[in-house]
Amino acid sequence: MATSTSSLPAPARSSSLADSLRDAGTAALLVLVLGFFFLGVRTDIAPGGLTLTFRWGLLISAVAVVFAGRLALNLFVFKAKQPVTGRMAGILEGTDLSGLGKWLSRILLAFAIVLPFFFTVFFPDRDRQYIDLAILIMTYIMLGWGLNIVVGLAGLLDLGYVAFYAVGAYSFALLAQNFGFGFWMALPLAGLLAAFWGVILGFPVLRLRGDYLAIVTLAFGEIVRIVLLNWYQFTGGPDGISGIPRPTLLGLEFSRGDDGFAAFFGLQYDSIHRYIYLYYIIFILAIITNVVTMRLRRLPIGRAWEALREDEIACRSLGINTTNTKLTAFAIGAMFGGFAGSFFATRQGFISPESFTFLESAIILAIVVLGGLGSQIGVVIASVVMIGGIEMLRNLGFLSQIFGPGFDPTQYRMLIFGLAMVMIMVWKPRGLISTREPTVVLKEKKRIGADMVAQGEGH
Amino acid sequence: MEYFIQQLINGLTLGSIYGLIAIGYTMVYGIIGMINFAHGDIFMIGAFIALAVFLILTSVFGFAFLPLVLLIVLIVAMLFTSAWGWTVERLAYRPLRGSFRLAPLITAIGMSIVLQNFVQVTQGARVKPLPPQIQGGVTLMEGMNENGPIVVQLSYMQMIIILSTVVLMAGFTLLISRTALGRAQRACEQDRKMAALLGVNVDRTISLTFVMGAALAAVAGLMFLLLYGVIDFYIGFLAGVKAFTAAVLGGIGSLPGAMLGGLLIGLIEVFWSGYFTVEYKDVAAFSILAIVLIFLPSGLLGKPEVEKV
Repeated sequence: MATSTSSLPAPARSSSLADSLRDAGTAALLVLVLGFFFLGVRTDIAPGGLTLTFRWGLLISAVAVVFAGRLALNLFVFKAKQPVTGRMAGILEGTDLSGLGKWLSRILLAFAIVLPFFFTVFFPDRDRQYIDLAILIMTYIMLGWGLNIVVGLAGLLDLGYVAFYAVGAYSFALLAQNFGFGFWMALPLAGLLAAFWGVILGFPVLRLRGDYLAIVTLAFGEIVRIVLLNWYQFTGGPDGISGIPRPTLLGLEFSRGDDGFAAFFGLQYDSIHRYIYLYYIIFILAIITNVVTMRLRRLPIGRAWEALREDEIACRSLGINTTNTKLTAFAIGAMFGGFAGSFFATRQGFISPESFTFLESAIILAIVVLGGLGSQIGVVIASVVMIGGIEMLRNLGFLSQIFGPGFDPTQYRMLIFGLAMVMIMVWKPRGLISTREPTVVLKEKKRIGADMVAQGEGH
Repeated sequence: MEYFIQQLINGLTLGSIYGLIAIGYTMVYGIIGMINFAHGDIFMIGAFIALAVFLILTSVFGFAFLPLVLLIVLIVAMLFTSAWGWTVERLAYRPLRGSFRLAPLITAIGMSIVLQNFVQVTQGARVKPLPPQIQGGVTLMEGMNENGPIVVQLSYMQMIIILSTVVLMAGFTLLISRTALGRAQRACEQDRKMAALLGVNVDRTISLTFVMGAALAAVAGLMFLLLYGVIDFYIGFLAGVKAFTAAVLGGIGSLPGAMLGGLLIGLIEVFWSGYFTVEYKDVAAFSILAIVLIFLPSGLLGKPEVEKV
């Protein structure tokens, strides 16, 4: 087949059509093979054992969609004389984005400050849902910034960050349950405990690097979860801990009573007050994380972290104490994870080991890497896109009118999340924000490409 | 003593399954130096394909002769799971070859999430129970202990698992040491650029590595299905982490090491559950991983990594 087309000088148009058809056919065949036992067949539990249902319609439509889609891509995008994507890339590269970053972060900050009022004024009937989503995104931004210290600055690949989040959450929950601590008293303690655990984890893994470090931190995260799950007397096991107190504003509770926040300020009681308050707590915590990180970058310890990321051996030969450098990175990253964990516990009012699975670590790491390691604004963009985008799927009720009443878009959330992770990474391996600003400059300040920076390779 | 021998047999059976999965991790790590995080889920895909083929053969075509059914299930599951392994590599790892090291790790985690949720969406989240197909066994020893009579039994199922693992390992070792493909694979492992200069098709070799790993994972999936009789979309994560632990324990990049590590992890897990507590068996396996890496970073049979400045 290949020789016959190459020996005859056929018109370029028809050979490209034949190639495209063949390529689309291969893709369709692959989908047929992959989907045969998953789309075509479904096993279900029935009274007499397992039963099979055949869904050839679904399989054939999947194959047809892939064939048509691949053919269209081949004809109009990949093999077109003037690639469509090329033109788009030209537009993107032509504009100077370096000045935009500073303005973008200022605009985002300004929006974040007024966000609760924006939603209460413009979306009064859905404000609680949107503010709740903003709290969730802000929590992930804070976790992302915390992990960025460990992975982005110090270059230590940590797959068990959720362990510190869990330590923070359980510290507060247990302190509240056993000693009656409130949120503000427990918060610093939770952070300290998480930092302490960061050092405990840090010690044994000091010698490890790269993927080995990743897998041991993953194992550590799982150990913490399994202990929380099985230490029934202390942590409540799978039942978790409930009745965690809500945060108060200088002793004022956000309740309906006479001594509540609304009554004190003479306002009409509204449950939205509590959401707005929670939003500002996590917003301020996140801003503290960011400011502390940015200041630390300019201190000797922050420079030591970045030097460690670039070259550990050079660091050691220049007299930097790599043990202390690594341990402080782990401890400070863990501390912010612990703060975020405390906040999570007080927001939910209930925690259980279910919330601290490996998937959470993977999501936080994905946010850091997709945003661009070491880039603070990248974490924000990645959190908004990934967490916000996924939560938006809950609002796509109209799709059930197209796909039938049994269609539930929330089922596909994690599937789409995973696909988005793969596609963004293939498209931009260095993350969405791919320029960095060095902290030490010789003559003039300028941005460098992210590929000039060693990242998260653990050496 | 009888109890000990029974646990030993159980541990070896479980260890064989871990070993088969661990080979996929160790080969991929050896050749492109990345943790193929989605490999545990390829194992899960293999178990689901095996279940579907088994049900089609027995309930639609009405095959009753069990050995033939199992043979067909094995072959079909290996072929179809290989296609999954190939696709994962083609979509998520090949475009990132030569990129920085974290990128393929993130796509691997993404692929793992995709595979789990794809199976959950298409096959449902509930567990799939399959009644035991192979029953009976050989009684090796009988004795007494403080709880009453105790029987050491080697079930036919365990025999099949251990025997087929040995056969597959022997065949696989021959494939790596004697065939052209095995030579290309080992060459790429040592120096990919040099192998490419000498005419080895590196991309094809890497693809075939993924295909072989997936085929062995499919065997492990079928064995898991027959041994435990219960599968769901989440089995891949824990099995994958433990198999990776096994690969690291044996020395990553070393095939006999992966098998040895698998057996050790299986034994540790079974003895821990047998003599201490079932709840903390995973903690035991993970702690072993941490301890081995800290004191013996290159594993039991691995080559020490020399760092050049």
